[in-house]
Formats: sequence, structure tokens, C-alpha cells
Amino acid sequence: MAKLISELCELVHPLSVEDYTKQGGFSALEKTFKIPPEDVIKEISDSKLVGRGGAAFPSGIKMNVVAKEQNEIKYVICNADEGEPGTFKDKYLLNHVPFQIIEGMIIAGYAVGAHYGYIYIRGEYPDTHALLKRAIQELKKNQYLGNNIMDSGFNFNIELRAGTGAYVCGEETALIESIEGKGGDPRLKFPYTAVRGLWDKPTLVNNVETLANFCVVMNIGAEKYKMLGTDNSKGTKLFSVSGCVNKKGVYELEFGTSLRELIDTYCGGIEDDKAIKFVQVGGSSGGVFPAHMLDIALDYESFRKYGVGLGSGAVFVADESICIVDFLKATMKFFQHESCGKCTPCREGNRHIVKILDRISEGKGKMNDIKILLSICNAMIETALCGLGQSAPTALLTCIEYFRDEIEEHIHGYCRTGVCKFGKEGY
Amino acid sequence: MELRDQIMGIVDEIGNSEDKLIEILISVQKKSEHHYLSEQSLILIAELLNIPFSKVYGIASFYSMLSTKKRGKYVIQICNSTPCYLYKGKEIVNMFEDILGIKMGEVTQDGLISLEYTSCIGACDQAPAIRVNDRVYGNLDRGKIYKVITSIRRGEL
Amino acid sequence: MSVQVTINGYNVSVEEGTSILNAAKQLDIKIPTLCYHPDQIVKGNCRVCVVEVEGMRNLAAACCTPVKEGMIIRTNSKRVRDARRTVVELIMAGHNQECLTCVRNGNCELQDLCSDLNIHSVPFDNVSERLPIDDSNPSIERDMSKCIKCGRCVQVCNCIQTVGAIYNVGRSSLMHIAPAFEKPLNQVPCVYCGQCINVCPVGAIYEKNDVDKVLDVLEDKTKHVVVQIAPAVRVSLGEEFGMEPGSIITGKIVTALRMLGFDKVFDTDFAADLTIIEEGNELIDRLNNNGKLPMITSCSPGWIRYIEYFYPEFLENLSTCKSPQQMFGAIAKSYYAEKEDIDPAHMTVVSIMPCTAKKAEAVRDEMKSCGYQDVDYVLTTRELGSMIKKAGIELNELREEAFDVPLGITTGAGVIFGATGGVMEAALRTVYEVVTNEELNNINFTQVRGLEGVKESEIPVGDLKVKVAVAHGLSHARELLERLKRGEAEYHFIEIMCCPGGCIGGGGQPKPLTNEIREKRIKAIYEADLGMPLRRSHNNPAIQALYDDFLEQPLGEKSHHLLHTHYTERKKYELNV
Repeated sequence: MAKLISELCELVHPLSVEDYTKQGGFSALEKTFKIPPEDVIKEISDSKLVGRGGAAFPSGIKMNVVAKEQNEIKYVICNADEGEPGTFKDKYLLNHVPFQIIEGMIIAGYAVGAHYGYIYIRGEYPDTHALLKRAIQELKKNQYLGNNIMDSGFNFNIELRAGTGAYVCGEETALIESIEGKGGDPRLKFPYTAVRGLWDKPTLVNNVETLANFCVVMNIGAEKYKMLGTDNSKGTKLFSVSGCVNKKGVYELEFGTSLRELIDTYCGGIEDDKAIKFVQVGGSSGGVFPAHMLDIALDYESFRKYGVGLGSGAVFVADESICIVDFLKATMKFFQHESCGKCTPCREGNRHIVKILDRISEGKGKMNDIKILLSICNAMIETALCGLGQSAPTALLTCIEYFRDEIEEHIHGYCRTGVCKFGKEGY
Repeated sequence: MELRDQIMGIVDEIGNSEDKLIEILISVQKKSEHHYLSEQSLILIAELLNIPFSKVYGIASFYSMLSTKKRGKYVIQICNSTPCYLYKGKEIVNMFEDILGIKMGEVTQDGLISLEYTSCIGACDQAPAIRVNDRVYGNLDRGKIYKVITSIRRGEL
Repeated sequence: MSVQVTINGYNVSVEEGTSILNAAKQLDIKIPTLCYHPDQIVKGNCRVCVVEVEGMRNLAAACCTPVKEGMIIRTNSKRVRDARRTVVELIMAGHNQECLTCVRNGNCELQDLCSDLNIHSVPFDNVSERLPIDDSNPSIERDMSKCIKCGRCVQVCNCIQTVGAIYNVGRSSLMHIAPAFEKPLNQVPCVYCGQCINVCPVGAIYEKNDVDKVLDVLEDKTKHVVVQIAPAVRVSLGEEFGMEPGSIITGKIVTALRMLGFDKVFDTDFAADLTIIEEGNELIDRLNNNGKLPMITSCSPGWIRYIEYFYPEFLENLSTCKSPQQMFGAIAKSYYAEKEDIDPAHMTVVSIMPCTAKKAEAVRDEMKSCGYQDVDYVLTTRELGSMIKKAGIELNELREEAFDVPLGITTGAGVIFGATGGVMEAALRTVYEVVTNEELNNINFTQVRGLEGVKESEIPVGDLKVKVAVAHGLSHARELLERLKRGEAEYHFIEIMCCPGGCIGGGGQPKPLTNEIREKRIKAIYEADLGMPLRRSHNNPAIQALYDDFLEQPLGEKSHHLLHTHYTERKKYELNV
């Protein structure tokens, strides 16, 4: 395992500044302060680092847009609203190396000219919230936050804000709305957050893992960083593995490692030596891969070939006891529950998909239902306002592609796993 | 007057600007024995922040961790996102319903325990997982469920 | 800076930042919309207006995507049509499709959309929720089974009117528009302005229908039924019959009302003239005797409810004059009844108003000073339209008749009550001449006309420079009151109208209603004023006779009793801790 961003995770006490500095903490910040902000952005751009929250947008480009905005007030936001089902890697980082995340925020603030940052932490992580609160206090006490940090002349402060049960707030504009004290309805695509974000000021929003990467890039330099990974996916990625593997948990892997290697080598294979039915990568908004495709490399370009993304790096492994329709119902119910309700395709589309899947699982489906499902999926991808609605149908679409037989069996009143119980009227 | 003082105290501490609304709602609910925001408390918050009552209610109703309905003193939330749901999550729902004699979404007659679903709580490596108020319990089976419920009933949680 | 874009193969040059929707309009290409409303902040919710933009991964919503140099846009490709169709089908599946019995049948934006997109069936189960209709109040009903969640009503209520009676509640497929805790409107600080009705694209919000009650009373031979029509009605009712906005059809309306069976057809403009005499004298009295200033107009019942809920500290600033509608009722059941020897117990007063709040005003406890309820029934302009259609009266072709006397004798000053600034202008025409005893050279106070939110002016009246302000739309009223509160402004006299544009933009007016249409109606109002032989309220001979024969003097005892009222602070909610 290539431990870069999670290197210090088990080595330091999360709230000990002394531990952290002894292990090389704040050396990235020190290097940052020695060069002008534009060179920091150049370093990040050169590293080819892309955002780790799911959208995989080049971090350097985003920084550059915010940096170029002429505005006295700018913000850096740490998106710690990790809500993608199956994902717990940000919690892992925050619980173990909160200082590293904050260091990343200070680097970002320095690069774009922002002096104020927000950490938006999901409400489901109260312990992490408490820990972050203390981490901020510690750093203030030790003058890593506040004025003239490390004698650089640079000032930076951080405020902690809590989510309270809304997956959509992981979408950056919904997150901003939430910090402003509103419901988490995503904003329109234009103008971009980098130009008009929090309180209409230029705002840089980065995922926890991306911020952790800023420290790594500044520490080892773009050249060295770029040597890790594949042609188009540089560095390492954290994967949160759940489901029927022997060793569930967070793994840091170089991009390009195969899915099979992750499961077999790192996670110790499948519980009770059962057979894998499918693996879903990227959380509930990610695509599904059947067992015969496990040699796929975990990198952006390999996934793009299949029209899906790596997303947050969640890996859910399902064995043969899992019913595909049952899985889809749970997945789509999640989106029906979490859609903000603002735009038509997502508000109404998810609900109709769930309705149709429900009737299919009861043996009351019709062959035409698959066509109807596909038309809803298409409308959601094409017209939904934000990433939630656009990516919600991914699992359904990939399942229709790889497991159409099993769905059709249900329409005919048969569930091969025995999970779906059909009434008499079913068949 | 108690509620008024309490909420005024919270608003004093957090601030009365509009962006603090959610922090205030979280804080007020946390202080509520039954983990909810009563109509009166939302009215008070609307007054103190000078925001329309309908908007305060609308925003509170958006977030699933906030409730405008009275809940139990202990809120048991069972994760129903795929990693838990498919990984014995369904079974533990049945067990909880059996043991408590209530259905999901209900409160025990003594007002002690609510049963609810929650979306992913990031404890997928300990599936099936639940939250009881602020604490997470993972790798649940019948034995652990009994233990959790017993300690709630004994007031040990 | 202008940019070149290509839409469906045609080039067009537009200002950078223009939305695709507006750029397409310049090529006469209509992109279908639903949540979009030209007077509102773009919401981008409904996703009906999606188009294809080369280089973009997904379709773009035309209402909220700005054009860029060289953009290549397709608004009618198969890709667009398919996605758009599914979106509309999803909207329809959430909509109670009882179109034939819907108040918006034939004038519904969703119906038009279905027709334009050629949608004949919906592949999804209908999931509209049949909740009870909220008919808790005299003015507005809400049927949420029809709501398509476009968000227009929320925006108008919260941003344009700053009332905030309703908001988005819940999320996802459970998201709905409602007052706090789903209370009925009569338990929340709704001012009944009906602006939500005017922007609703479907039939989810509408006025409480009183047409049948009026038809019944017209059948009752024991009743003497008189009707009054408000100034704004004459410049807008035509739209219900396909006429151009701003068509002035006063005479046709009079004929239609007679054909419907009203015993007398009178004009609210008469009462508007009366209001000017009372209110003008009240202003003079306040100015001369250190009364509470600024004095604020009280004609608009939505505004009255607003100040009672949100700014009770200003209640003493309100003119004590009843609104023209109520003055009319009180005079009809006293002076007119006496004059014509009709038992007021057997008289019914119906008013045709551009307003939904008037329905609630008529049933206020204070509005019974003549011993009976001043006004018995209030119909909106839209309701009158439907009543005329129901009776088979071909309004477009109808001859023009004149109002009955004496309560139909009016001036141009009464007509302009229908537009923002009109009450102010009418009052200035009279106050100036009463105070100075000189004739005004120019009676057109154009500085208080038009759609600007807050208008201010100083008018020399004798030795005094009278400082006046005019606001319309409650957000502008709020802005003005907040400035007063902070001591940043000082006025003698303020006119406030609840609805944007004044009564011509009222919640009971024909739909659709946009600022463009408001402008046309306003223009018609001032045209009607110009067409009147008399344009000053104090020159109205019927008003002079009313004082000579009955009221004796402005602000006199009878006036005080019949024409003036008081106001009460209203609690926004029950707070008992």
C-alpha cells in the first residue's frame, strides 16, 4: 500500500501538535509560505491532482479561477459532508489527522488569497465534529491559525459548521446554501462557485481528501507526486470498502491498482469464500460491475471507458445472496429520500423509479417497465439541476446493462435469490 | 418562560444572524428531551432571528436529522443505505420491531424509544450499524440489540 | 459586449450574459417554459426549457444558461424533445389532472405545454396527493393536488411581498408548498393579496368563488341588488375575453351587469372621489393640527392586513378613511337607500374588484357601520368574466351603456385609483385647490406614476412643501417603513398599494399578469382619466350633493360614523411561552 495522505494516520495523536510537527506536519505549509501564491497553484496544477469528492475536477484549475477573482473577501470551504453510502474515508482522515486537513485549507487559502475558511461537517459525525472543534482550538493556541501564521504574514481563520441530515449538502452549492442558513437546494450552475459562492464571494470548495493531498503535493513536489498513479490519474486514492469482504475498511492505493487486487489482497477476499456477484464503486451514485469485470483498474480513465466514475472511492462488494432488484430498490429509495425536491427530474424521477422497482419486486412488473425506467434515467441524466439527480440513475443503468436477465425474471415472477417474495397475483 | 430563556440563551451564544439558523435549530433540538423542535420553539426562533415562521419551519423540515414531531427520549436510527441494508440490515429492523413491539417510525408507548431509518452514517465497515442519539453501534446481531435496548431501559446509556 | 451564437442553424448576435431563452426569442424561437416568469428571479426548477449546447455533456436549461461566443444551440433535436417530454410527463404524473372542472381550464400554462408538446398520455402512475382544499378564509383557496412545485408563489410571497406566509416544506418527492406546520391560511399572517394566484401556472391557488351566491341573490325578487365596479376592472376585464391588455371597456361592462340583472349599476369611482374628499381633509387637518404624520393611505386591504401584522407601530399613521369599496357600501345602504326609499335590509351591495383581499375586507367586523354589512359580496374581475360567459353575454360585441345615477357620477380622479400613485395624484389635485383656493395649472402629477418601486416628490401647496412618497408591492412598502423607522426619511403623505402596479395588478385580475401587462393597464387608466369631463374629485356634482343633502361636511359626524374606521394589531402566531 502506498501510504501518502494517510501516512500519519496511525502515527500521531490527532490532537497533539507536537506529534504532528515531529512527524513532518506543517512542513508543507512552511514550503508553501516560502513561495508566492501563484507558484503554489502551479505546483498543484503540475501535480495533475483532481478533486477527490467525486467529480474529479482538476484542483489547480479551480484554484486558479478563485485566485484570479478580484475580491477582498474569498472563502475556502472544506467539504466534510461525506454522505455517499459506503464512504467513510473522510471520517478516517478527520479522526486521525485533523491538522493535516486544516493545513491543506491554509495552503489553499494562501494560494487563492482567502483568509477565512469553513469546515462543513455532516451531522452524522458528532464525534468528529467535537474533535475538529478541539483541533481548531489547538491550532489557534499554537498559532497555526489566526494572524501571521508561522511568521508568514498570512492570516487564516476557520469556522466549523454542521450539517444535519442531507446528502445533497455534499453538492457544493447546496453546501453553501446550508452554511448560509438555508435549506440545501443546489444553486443554478452559473455563475460558478469559484466566482460567486458563499455570500456571493469567490469560494474554493474542496473535499477532505483533496485538502490532505495539497499537503502531500507541497511536501514532495509535483514531479515526485506525478510519478505515482497512471497516465491520467495521479497520486493515490482512499477506498472505503464495505460489504462481504473479510477486512472492511479504508485503504490507500496507487491509482491503477485493480479492483480484484483491492478485494483479494488488501481486503482478504470474500467472507465464507462465497462468490462475488457484483461490486459497486463510487457509492450509491456509482456504477455496478459484475464479477467478470473485476480486473478493471481503479483509475479515472479506465472507469470513463464504461461511462462511470470512481466517485468517492466507495467499494461495496456484494455476494450472490444479494438480489439485484432488492439492491436497486435500496439504492433508489436512498435517492428518493435525499433528493432536495427542487428540480422536476430528480424530485419526480426517483419516486417513479422506486414505484416501478417496487412493483417489479412484487412480481407486478411489466416488460414495458424497463423501457419506462430507461426514459426516466435518461431525463434525469440529461436535465437534472445538479450532480445528485444526474448520477442517481447510474446503478440502475449499469444493472439494466449487466443484470437485465435477473430484472426480467422478476417481471416474470421469479427471484433467483429468494429475497423477493411474490404474492399469488405475481405469476 | 423556561423554553424562552433556553432559546434566548442559545441565540445569544450562537448569534442571531440568518446564517446561524441551522446551528440554532441543531442546538435547540439537542436540548430537547424528546429530540424535536416544537412549534413554540420554532416560533421563538423565527421571532429572535426575524425570519418568517414558514421559512424556519420549511428549513427545519428539509433536514432529516431535525424533527418537528415529538420523538422518544432515545432515538434508534437504523441505517438503510445499501451497505447496511443488504448486509443484515433488514434482519435487524425486524428484530428491533419485534423486541420493542413498534414499527419503524413509531415511538414506544412510554415515550422512551423511537425507531427510525437513517441514510448512511459512515459506519459501513461495521454493518449493520445503528445510531442511538449520538452514538453509533455496529456489527449488530440479536445479542447486541438486546444489550442496547436493555441499557436504554436501565438508563445506562 | 455582444456575442454571436447559433440557434437551430441561425446566427444571432446578443449581449453577453443573455440567457439562451432570451437569445432564442430574438430569432422568434419559443423555448417552452413552466417555472420561468419574466418578473421573477430565474429559478431553473422545472427543467422544461432544456436545450442542447454543443460541447456540454448534458442538456442545459435555457432560462439559466448564459450564452457564450460561438455557442451552438439546438432547441428542437430529438434528444431535446425526448428529455423534455419525459420531464413534462413527470410533472403531469404529480398533477391532479381533473382539467375539465379546473378553474384554469382553457387558461392553464401546463395545459398549453401539453398541447404544444403534443403529449396525449402519461406512462407514469398519477401520484398527486388529494389533500383537503384549504378554504379557511374568505379570499383564497389552495388545492395542492394541482401544485407542480414551480416555486413562483413562494417567490412572490417571500420576495415581492415579503409576507412569507408559505414556504417550501420537506424535501424530495415529499416537498410541498405550505404555511408552517401545514396550517390553513387563516391561521398564518397571509394578507390575502392573491399575488400567488396571479403567478400560479396552474389551478392550485384561486380566489374563493362567490359567483353562485351572487347569481342566487339576483334571482331573489325581494332584494334590490346594486353593483359597483372598481377602477381597475374596466381596463382589464377585456383580457378575459381575448382583448388586448389595456382595452377600456367601461360601457360594455355596465351593459353586461344590467343584462345580468343588477338593479343599479354604479361605480366605485364615485366612492373614490368621496375618499379623496374625506382623506384630503383628514390630511389637511393633520397638517394644521399637529396630527400624526406621515399619513398613510388605507384603500388597499392587503396593505391594511400587512401593516396590522408586520408594522402595528404605524397603525396611527393610517388614514382612518375606509376604502372606496366600503364607503360605497355604507353610502348605498344609508344615503342612497334613504333617497330611493329602499329598506337597506333588503338591499344587497355587490362589488367587482381586482382584488382578493377585498373579500376579506368586506366581512371585517368594523365594516357594518350603516347597521348592515356595508358590502355583501365581492367578486374578482376573473369571477365577473366567468359570470358573463356563463350568462351567454357576448361582451366583445356588446353596446355601451352609462352608469346609473347618482352613485355612478364620477371624475378622472376616481379612475386613477386603479394605478399606483393614483390615490396620491387624486388627493393632490384636491388638496392643492382646497388649501390654496387656486386652480392647478397642470393636474398631471406624472412624478408619482409608473412602476418604479418607491416614488418620492415634493409638491408646494401654499406655504408648505408637501413631501410625498408612493410605494406599491409590499417589499417596497417594507423598504419605505424601515427607512421611516430608522429616521432616514420624512414625509407628510404616503400612498401604499399592496400589489405591484397598484390595483390593476391585483390578485383578482385576469391572468397571465406580467409587468408588461401592468404597464398597458396603467396606460389605459390614465387614458380613461383624460377622457373624463371632470378630473377633480371636489368637482364631482354628485359628491357635492351628497355633502349638501346628507353628510353635511367632510370629517363630520355622519362621515365619522359611516366612512371612517379603525385598525387592530394582529398577532402573526400564537406564542404562549
